Amino acid sequence: MKQKFDIITSTCVPLPLENVDTDQIIPARFLKATTREEKFFGDNLFRDWRYNADGTLNKDFVLNNPEFSGCILVAGKNFGSGSSREHAAWAIAGYGFRVVISSFFADIHKNNELNNFVLPVVVSEAFLAELFDSIAKNPKMEVEVDLPNQTVTNKATGSSEHFDINGYKKHCLMQGLDDIDFLVQNKQKTELWEQANK
Amino acid sequence: MNTLFDKIWDKHVVQQVEDGPTQLYIDRLYCHEVTSPQAFDGMRARGLKCFRPQQIYCMPDHNTPTHDQDKPIEDPVSKKQVDTLAKNAAEFGLTHYGMMSKDNGIIHVVGPEKGLSLPGMTIVCGDSHTSTHGAMGAVAFGIGTSEVEMVMASQCILQQKPKSMRITVNGQLGKGVTAKDVALYLMAQITTSGATGYFIEYAGSTVEALSMEGRLTLCNLSIEMGARGGFIAPDETTFEYLKGREFAPKGEEWDKAVAYWKTLKSGDDAVFDKELTFDAADIEPRITYGTNPGMGIGINDAIPESTQKEPSLLCTFEKALNYMQFKAGQKLLGTKVDYVFLGACTNGRIEDFRAFASIVKGRKKADDVVAWLVPGSWAVDKQIREEGLDKVLAEAGFEIRQPGCSACLAMNDDKIPAGKLSVSTSNRNFEGRQGPGARTILASPLTAAAAAITGVITDPRELYK
Repeated sequence: MKQKFDIITSTCVPLPLENVDTDQIIPARFLKATTREEKFFGDNLFRDWRYNADGTLNKDFVLNNPEFSGCILVAGKNFGSGSSREHAAWAIAGYGFRVVISSFFADIHKNNELNNFVLPVVVSEAFLAELFDSIAKNPKMEVEVDLPNQTVTNKATGSSEHFDINGYKKHCLMQGLDDIDFLVQNKQKTELWEQANK
Repeated sequence: MNTLFDKIWDKHVVQQVEDGPTQLYIDRLYCHEVTSPQAFDGMRARGLKCFRPQQIYCMPDHNTPTHDQDKPIEDPVSKKQVDTLAKNAAEFGLTHYGMMSKDNGIIHVVGPEKGLSLPGMTIVCGDSHTSTHGAMGAVAFGIGTSEVEMVMASQCILQQKPKSMRITVNGQLGKGVTAKDVALYLMAQITTSGATGYFIEYAGSTVEALSMEGRLTLCNLSIEMGARGGFIAPDETTFEYLKGREFAPKGEEWDKAVAYWKTLKSGDDAVFDKELTFDAADIEPRITYGTNPGMGIGINDAIPESTQKEPSLLCTFEKALNYMQFKAGQKLLGTKVDYVFLGACTNGRIEDFRAFASIVKGRKKADDVVAWLVPGSWAVDKQIREEGLDKVLAEAGFEIRQPGCSACLAMNDDKIPAGKLSVSTSNRNFEGRQGPGARTILASPLTAAAAAITGVITDPRELYK
């Protein structure tokens, strides 16, 4: 899970839908697990879109289309809306995605991705539209996500954009560190706050 | 600048991380069984104890059956998750309100009614509807499981400070128009992502006139506009509601607390990053027609032709209507309803049961409608019986089930069957939310009651005549 980030170059899986909510990413009936088994959640990523009601594969869904593969998911705006379930981020990571590109992410889900070493990359609407277009024309086209330089590049067209991430979180992703390590180290500051405010 | 959100947030800043987020102190953490087990596992793996166990309250609500709670849960996987919470709470020394305890219920119903959620607090839970507690004048927001673990380990969280938004609604709500309709109206106006990145303060005469229950409903639905949370400055309605509650301050402490709470309001010179104003007179009873809560209309209106702006993504709107088996331009009044659900952290409080009962009193439930009435907590259940609402409901053909999240997200047995149409007082109409293939129309308790009586989508005001 704590995979260090650097530069990722990959083909993409396109999901040109808006408002993809976390109930679709992982339906509630898969939230009963008491452990964080990535494979279980990955196997059930987009479960009700991937499979028909009778359990057979839905051949029309992009994850079942062998033309598309790679560790970058490209989705329409407002990705990850709705429920706070971190299981959605576990499912995305468990399936093998390391980057999600969209023009807009729901807040809680965005944090959940970052806390699971999946990088949410926010791009402009124009960049996203061009990217969907490039993938449709050539599913083998690649995208380069360069975390150190904070750039994302559509290698089919050469278009490139800068993306935002705060310096602290970038450091965590590149070094494989998490927030809990940081907070535990800062307990003394917390105690000082309590003394001043309680 | 100088908003109430700034005041509460800034007071809780432990430190600003360089080129990074804020380390924010959290007064209250609530845990339910679904989003906590992996956090407890993480704590064990790191060999950590909870830093401030007395500030953490646990209760199962998502998996709890709504019948026979005195017997073991039949679904072994649900049972394991509920049992795991009890075990974890005991191991880490946390308060736990187990199933069948008189203190149990939906976490967002129990917190306010026990006085655990107070004005000026920072409150988090691994649940997006934590925004509910904002009704008390608290900064309350949903978090992921990794963040639950952060709070267990340190009573703090690392967050970017959201931007501030004030939504002002002025005027008197029409008869038959509730806080739920206000929220559904706001979502349709600003979309499900319109408030993403923001924390909302609700204000204006309409909001001030809402009861505490109505405010809880409104704040509950903040997340459905994309907001981290939404809250209302505490006032006499808040203090009146809190006075005497189990964990509310008592005696001299109460007077001191109220004096402080009275300072909790945005300054006259407050500057918000965004301000929106609406008129209560424009709000009718609302229903949704699509597969996100922003896809809503006035109950007498027709489904719009298309709400999509980007032609390349048109499939989102069409996909939603295909799933719902509705057509663009169609009116939904008179559409046959199969299920009615009253409950959830959105509308499972006493006032919601009073509203539902006011419509069904002296009438009979439509024969072919299955109705699930699920109180938000045992305390709500008790009050329903004390007020005699149980008799009114029984005479009209309704039974009251046992408390829990129930059909809001169908993690227990309360699943709407595939293809069936449900009128639900819950918060989300996502595909499969109430069970695989279930079709959900979100509405107020009044509109749900009207559908339960007539068997079709009905303007509740028709039943006032």
